[in-house]
Amino acid sequence: MIGIAGWGCHIPRFRIRTSEIARVWRKNGSDIANSLGVHEKAVADADEDAITLAVEAGKSALARAGCDPQSVGALFVGSESHPYAVKPSGTVVAEALGLSRKLFLADHEFACKAGTAALQNAYALAKAGEIQYGMAIGSDTAQGRPGDALEYTAASGAAAFVVGPNPIAAVEGMFSYTTDTSDFWRREGAHYPSHGHRFTGEPAYFAHVDAAARGLMEKLGLKAADVDLVVFHMPNAKFPIRAYKQFGFGKEKWEAGLVVVNVGNTYSGSSLLGLCGLLDVAKPGQRIMLVSYGSGAGSDAFSFMVTDKIEEVRARAPFVRDLVAKKEYVDYGTYVRLRNKLRR
Amino acid sequence: MVDVAVVGVGQTAFGELWEKSLRNLGVEAFTAALKDAGVDRAAVQALYVGNMAAGYMSSQEHLASLFADHCGLMPKPVVRCEAACASGSLALRQAWLSIKSGAYDIVAVLGAEKMTDVTASTAVAGLMAAGDAEWEGAIGLTFAGLYALMARAHMHAFGTTREQMALVSVNNHKNAMKNPYAQFHSAITVEDVLNAAPIAEPLGLLDCSPLSDGAACVILASDKVAKRFAKPVWVLGSGQGSASLGIAARASLTEMPSTHAAVADVWKQTGLHNKDVGILEVHDCFSINEIIALEDLGFCPKGAGGKFVENGGITISGEIPTNTAGGLKGIGHPVGASGVRQIIDVARQLRGDAVNQLNDVKRGLCLNVGGVGGTAIVHALGVERK
Repeated sequence: MIGIAGWGCHIPRFRIRTSEIARVWRKNGSDIANSLGVHEKAVADADEDAITLAVEAGKSALARAGCDPQSVGALFVGSESHPYAVKPSGTVVAEALGLSRKLFLADHEFACKAGTAALQNAYALAKAGEIQYGMAIGSDTAQGRPGDALEYTAASGAAAFVVGPNPIAAVEGMFSYTTDTSDFWRREGAHYPSHGHRFTGEPAYFAHVDAAARGLMEKLGLKAADVDLVVFHMPNAKFPIRAYKQFGFGKEKWEAGLVVVNVGNTYSGSSLLGLCGLLDVAKPGQRIMLVSYGSGAGSDAFSFMVTDKIEEVRARAPFVRDLVAKKEYVDYGTYVRLRNKLRR
Repeated sequence: MVDVAVVGVGQTAFGELWEKSLRNLGVEAFTAALKDAGVDRAAVQALYVGNMAAGYMSSQEHLASLFADHCGLMPKPVVRCEAACASGSLALRQAWLSIKSGAYDIVAVLGAEKMTDVTASTAVAGLMAAGDAEWEGAIGLTFAGLYALMARAHMHAFGTTREQMALVSVNNHKNAMKNPYAQFHSAITVEDVLNAAPIAEPLGLLDCSPLSDGAACVILASDKVAKRFAKPVWVLGSGQGSASLGIAARASLTEMPSTHAAVADVWKQTGLHNKDVGILEVHDCFSINEIIALEDLGFCPKGAGGKFVENGGITISGEIPTNTAGGLKGIGHPVGASGVRQIIDVARQLRGDAVNQLNDVKRGLCLNVGGVGGTAIVHALGVERK
C-alpha cells in the first residue's frame, strides 16, 4: 500500500489585509473581501522564496513520515515562482533536507497544479518500486500585478508530502483532465502574470475541476456521499465553495481545508495546503478527495483513504491552523518592499 | 410600391459564449433563420451584415467575404453595415431598401458581435469608438460616462430619479426570466440596482447592459414571394435619423434629435401613430436611455419618462409593453446583433410565439440607437400588410 507517509506545510509570518490593498487602490475593501471570501493573505519575507518555503514544509513532512531522509529517492518541486529560470529549485531543497544523492529530481511548472503533478510522479515511482520514499512539494511566492484583481489573493506558502509505504493516507486512485485553455499565463521574462478576467471562471476553473472530480469518481465508482473530506483548488473562497455546492458537499467536508480565507491563494501550494488542513483533522477510515487546478489548463484529482497510522504521526509537526494563527500584519509599503514590487 | 415582410427569424443565445467565434455565431443565427422561414439558402439573393467592431474585437474586417463563404452564399453579394450599436437595424434598413428597389425578392439580414474575446477594459475602449473619439474619447469619456452625463442632465431638468431608472433594469430582467436566449435569468430589485457598484455615477453596474456575444438573423421577402411563407410579419416603415457624433455639440442632453427624425419618418410613411402600436422595443443600453426613448418616440411628454416608468407604463400589462423579451439589459447586448434581435422579438409577438406573449397585438415599433444617438433607426412592424 503506497500513499502519503507524512505531510507538512509552511506559511510565512507576514499578512496583508484585503482592506489594506483596497485602501491603496481606492477600492471598497469589504466588498472585495466578501466577494472573494479572502480577508488577508500570507506575504513572504524579503529573504524567503519558493525554495526556502519548500524546505520548511519539507522538514515537517519528513518529521511526520519519520523516515530517514537518505531513504528518499525522488523529489519533485512544483512552483510557478521558481527563483531561477534555469537551475532547479529541487537541488537546493534536496541538499537542505539531506536527501539521498541517488535521487530522481525535477522541478515542475503547471500554474497552480504543479504541486499535485509532483505528487503524481513521486507516487508513481514509489508504486512502481523504483524508490522507497519520494517527496512532492508545491511552493510559491505568487506574483500579483499591483492594482490587478489577483493582487488581493496571490500569496506565499508551501505544502510538502512524503510518499511511500505504510502511509497515513493511501492513494486510492488518481485522474487528470487537461486541455489547452489560456486563462492565465506569464510569458518568459515577464514579472507579472496576465489573465483572461471572467474567462478564468466557467471555461477554465469550473470546467476542469468538474471534469477531474467527476472523472475520478467515475473511475473509482464513488458518489459524493462516499467522500468524507474534500478540497478543491482555492484561487479564492468563492470558486471552490460554488463547486462544492454543485457536487453537494456539505460545509463539514471542506471547512477544515478552506485555508484561502486567511492565507490567500498559494498557487502550487493552494490545494495541497488545503489537503494539509484536512489531514490535520482527518480520522482513520475517512476518504479524502483532492482536486487541483492549474491554468493553461488542467486538474489533478486524487482519492486517499486515511489509515490508523495518522494518529501516531499527526503531532510531530505544526498544524495549518497554528501557522495561520502565527502572524504579523504589514502595510502596503512594507509589502511592496518585501515582495520587490518597486522595480529599481 | 413593393412591400417587405419578415418571413423567418433566428438567433443564438446571447451571453459569454466562450466556445463560439464571430463566424460560428453568424452561421448559427443564419441557419436558424433559414430553418424558421423554411427556405433554402439557395433562394437568398443577398446578405446584409450588421457589425460594429469585428476589426477591433476579433481582428477581422471584410465580413462580406467571411459570411458569403461560411453562410454558403458565394458568389452572391454580401454587404457589411456599421453604425455602432445601430449596425443591426442599419443592415435591416439597407436590406429593406434593396427589396423596395426591386433588386431582390429574398434577402437575409444578419447582426453579429463577438465581444468577450478581449478584456472588459479593451472592450470599453473599443465601444468608445461609437462616440467622438477625437473630441470626447480623448479626454477620457467612456460610453457609460456619456450616458451618465445625459442621466444627470435628465435628473436636473426633470427631477428623474435613480429609482425610476432602476425600474427600467428591474423590468428588463423580469421580462428576460423566461427568455431562453437571454444572458441573465435573475430577477433584480430596485435596491439591487441602487446598491450595485458604481460605473459612472449616477449609473451603477445594473443600469448598464452587459458585454455579450451573439448573433440574430431575419429573412426578408418581397410581397411577391411573401405569400409562400407561413408567418410573414410586415415591415411597415423604416426611418433613420442622424445627430452629432458627440454630445458637446447638442442643444440638449436630454433628447436625441436623431430619434425624432427617424420616428417622424416612420409615422409619415405609415400614417400610424403611437396609439396604433401595441409592443415597443427600445435601446436600453443604459437605463436612462429607455426613459429618453419613451419620450423621444412620443409615448410620453419630454421629461415625463421617469414617471411613466414609475407608473408601470412599460410593464407587460402597462400602457406600452416595452422590451417584453428582456431588452439589452436582460438579454445581453452584442452590439451589432441587438438591432436585428429587437426586430425578431417584435416579430415573435406579432406571430404569437413570443415569451411573455401579449394578447391581440397587431403592430410593434423598434428603436435602435447608435452611439449616443449619432444614429437612430426606427422600424414599424405589423401583422397586416398595411
